[in-house]
Amino acid sequence: MLVNEARQVLSRASSLAARHQLRAISNTTQLEQQAQPKAAQEPQIKKFEIYRWSPDNAGEKPHMQTYEVNMRECGPMVLDALIKIKNEIDPTLTFRRSCREGICGSCAMNIGGVNTLACISKIDATSSKPLKVYPLPHMYVVRDLVPDMNNFYEQYKNIQPWLQRKNEAVEQKGKAQYLQSVEDRSKLDGLYECILCACCSTACPSYWWNAEKYLGPAVLMQAYRWIIDSRDENSVERLSKLKDPFSVYRCHTIMNCTRTCPKGLNPGRAIAEIKKLLSGLASKPAPKMETAALHK
Amino acid sequence: MTLLKAKCLLRLPSTKSFNRFGFYRFWHVSQVMRDCDSDYELKDHKYDAIVIGAGGAGMRAGFELAKSGFKTAMLSKLFPTRSHTVAAQGGVNAALSNMDKDDWKFHFYDTVKGSDWLGDQNAIHYMCREAMAAVHELDQYGMPFSRREDGKIYQRPFGGQTLGYGKGGVARRSCAVADRTGHALIHTLYGQTLKYGDLCHYYVDYFVLDLIMEDSRCLGCLAWCLDDGTFHRFIAKNTVVASGGCGRVYFSSTAGHTCTGDGNAWVSRAKLPLMDMEFVQFHPTGMYGAGCLITEGVRGEGGFFVNSKGERFMEQYAPEAKDLASRDVVARAMTMEVLKGNGCGPLKDHVHLQLHHIDPEIIYKRLPGIVTTARIFAKVDVTKEPVPVLPTVHYNMGGVPTDFMGRVVTLDDEFKDKIIEGLYSCGETSCASVHGANRLGANSLLDLVVFGRSCAMDIAANSCPGDTPPDVSDSATEKSMDNFKKLRNADGKTPTAALRMELQRTMTKHAAVFREGKLLNEGLEKVIQLCQQFKDIKVFDRTLVWNTDLVETLELQNMLANAVHIITAMENRKESRGSHAREDFPKRLDEYDYSTPISGQKMKPLEEHWRKHTLTFAQDDEGCVVIKYRQVIDKTLDDSINSIPPAPRTY
Repeated sequence: MLVNEARQVLSRASSLAARHQLRAISNTTQLEQQAQPKAAQEPQIKKFEIYRWSPDNAGEKPHMQTYEVNMRECGPMVLDALIKIKNEIDPTLTFRRSCREGICGSCAMNIGGVNTLACISKIDATSSKPLKVYPLPHMYVVRDLVPDMNNFYEQYKNIQPWLQRKNEAVEQKGKAQYLQSVEDRSKLDGLYECILCACCSTACPSYWWNAEKYLGPAVLMQAYRWIIDSRDENSVERLSKLKDPFSVYRCHTIMNCTRTCPKGLNPGRAIAEIKKLLSGLASKPAPKMETAALHK
Repeated sequence: MTLLKAKCLLRLPSTKSFNRFGFYRFWHVSQVMRDCDSDYELKDHKYDAIVIGAGGAGMRAGFELAKSGFKTAMLSKLFPTRSHTVAAQGGVNAALSNMDKDDWKFHFYDTVKGSDWLGDQNAIHYMCREAMAAVHELDQYGMPFSRREDGKIYQRPFGGQTLGYGKGGVARRSCAVADRTGHALIHTLYGQTLKYGDLCHYYVDYFVLDLIMEDSRCLGCLAWCLDDGTFHRFIAKNTVVASGGCGRVYFSSTAGHTCTGDGNAWVSRAKLPLMDMEFVQFHPTGMYGAGCLITEGVRGEGGFFVNSKGERFMEQYAPEAKDLASRDVVARAMTMEVLKGNGCGPLKDHVHLQLHHIDPEIIYKRLPGIVTTARIFAKVDVTKEPVPVLPTVHYNMGGVPTDFMGRVVTLDDEFKDKIIEGLYSCGETSCASVHGANRLGANSLLDLVVFGRSCAMDIAANSCPGDTPPDVSDSATEKSMDNFKKLRNADGKTPTAALRMELQRTMTKHAAVFREGKLLNEGLEKVIQLCQQFKDIKVFDRTLVWNTDLVETLELQNMLANAVHIITAMENRKESRGSHAREDFPKRLDEYDYSTPISGQKMKPLEEHWRKHTLTFAQDDEGCVVIKYRQVIDKTLDDSINSIPPAPRTY
């Protein structure tokens, strides 16, 4: 049968009504169901108190600004409300956003006292209490909800987040894949999913005090992700770079990181694993398979 | 739309507030216009190469350049790992033969067929041939691929992928990292750019305003640094545009808020053409309501569609490939089911994607991201209930026309390809064209890495690190800066968000899965009208630091440019091919009628058939477009594989 069945049925469908209906369905359902979800009901007002500060208003102190949003015309997530405010009430409100589905990590902020992603954080529309939205805590603020993430990114760079091999020269790039057992690969689960949103690091009191020298949970979890990868052969060097009083050992197992991670990961555990490796209580297991077997 | 309550705005335009340079901020617009030139600090940066956009393609190009010794500037309007590559889920295609006895030639065949014979076969040849090495490289960079018991990379079936030139059944070819392949890919590539960080310099939160072009040669770009409000001219012999697609011109789209087609717009404003913009892919499984992507990998792992009667309707539309037919086919079938009254839900306007018959262990292992996304956005437990889905705008097959190495081309006066010196493009922005009229799932991540690398390799082959960068006259960026200044002070009546919504609704209404002449014409008129309306835009924020109101306005300007190309090309193409389904022209029109033997048939001249690329040249910013055509390249790169002649496309 032809794949273009649909087209052919269409060309046969002479009824104008049917065609009209088709277009109506394919074109407008999305509009209808999303744009006017619950019209003609009494407005349900939710207050949002949002942190505002702009470098252009020199000398002006940061302040909270209250916005009222009708939840009947707004999507379910905090990001939906922020976008609605920006679109319809105050275009000067500034925040980062991109994927709106919790994978890019742009819209990390402090919502109702918790560091999380605005795009996957549901609004409690029934509560009459205003929802407070701040930038990630203890970060330099560039403007409104936009924090300066440069220190965080710099720290990430310092752990060298790329695979390192002893005999890189021998293994011709692109020639073959490595072998990695399912068990070895499963050690990366719960680590590689990190989206670098910095919710955990900026929830950590130790990171608040020593952000310059303590790497923080997000970066340490990525450090561990590379240390424990069975394909990586530089774990000793990686660990030795962490051997100082600050990089790792400022973690005091407060566990705010794990509690706040919007992706449900456990950076606290990863740091504990690093500590075990550093102290010699554990060592990295040998790969279950010879990783470069296919390169020979 | 109720807009802009005065209450909130009152505190902004305070007559007392001065900016850093001591000028009135924006109370007296005319004064700002006249006085503020010192506001616009302009700094020059000279580089060996520039990459604009730090998604998958941009980063792949960037570190390859750095590896070859080129001092490279990487510009991005958002931090690299926030780019939309991060949202890709299913996998990256390569005939590794880890699961089946596979061959890149089968992959080649599938891609040509998937493109509905509009893809350029030399580029497809290059991509499929390089695919295995590209994936091996990713593994060597540390990408955490899911594994088979024997330690090799796990591969899953994906739509349109077959063995034995379509005759050997479904191919398991899509190399996957659970259902987070894009996320793993982008973090891996970011790591590589850091590894070569000595030469690979990031400029993050730099919004590129325009390319710098002189005598149809690209010399770099002009960018606005959001962090401090300064302006920068990046000057280099070679520039790679890898700035992603324009999904956001539609209302409901799987694309992120930042996918605004900026690259297409820069190129279009540089009086260069865009190619095949009518081919907008609708992903069959966008989540009903939220529009979030549900990977095709769900069907690869055994999921299928059901209608309200509980029927697996894809069996009727594609008896062989069923739910794993190509995306355009599935999207149309879903729409047809809804038309027949078999839609699900109270409005009967979507269908169900069922996966709860799959072992929950497998679901948690292979599709963990989907479990979460469905729970958060559709309140559905996928191990127990089906997910409501409908076709949603997903990918632009069209874009900046390039040859198979990523060099940007245009047509000269004799309708021959002409290479634009110093300008490359890769990723969703570009149109090589490997996807033709319809992209196969998991071919886009492959496209990114293969052509990102090829751009860098071609630059390395034709230039040397340390080559003298071109001279740029002071006037080269004048027009662009004027546009910026004008928009910064724009004081019309239409707020950006209102106009953007109007554009998105127009596109969604007039240019959907099924398209029709009258509706497209109306849509085109509407878009032209919106271009006019853009002159009456209102920007509320006059600052220079992180002025996202202005960023969104500049993005809207870019989106309008994209929309004009898209809908003009849609209206123009009077046939149905791949993702472009015209109700009024339901047949595919090739040079021969390939459904019957071609011997004895007379070959139609180019003007009478549609197996040709559309090139749209924007004349101005008011919606005037000149259309030209470019021949599809059927010849492969060499004798290792023969060109696949067109045939009726069945799955």
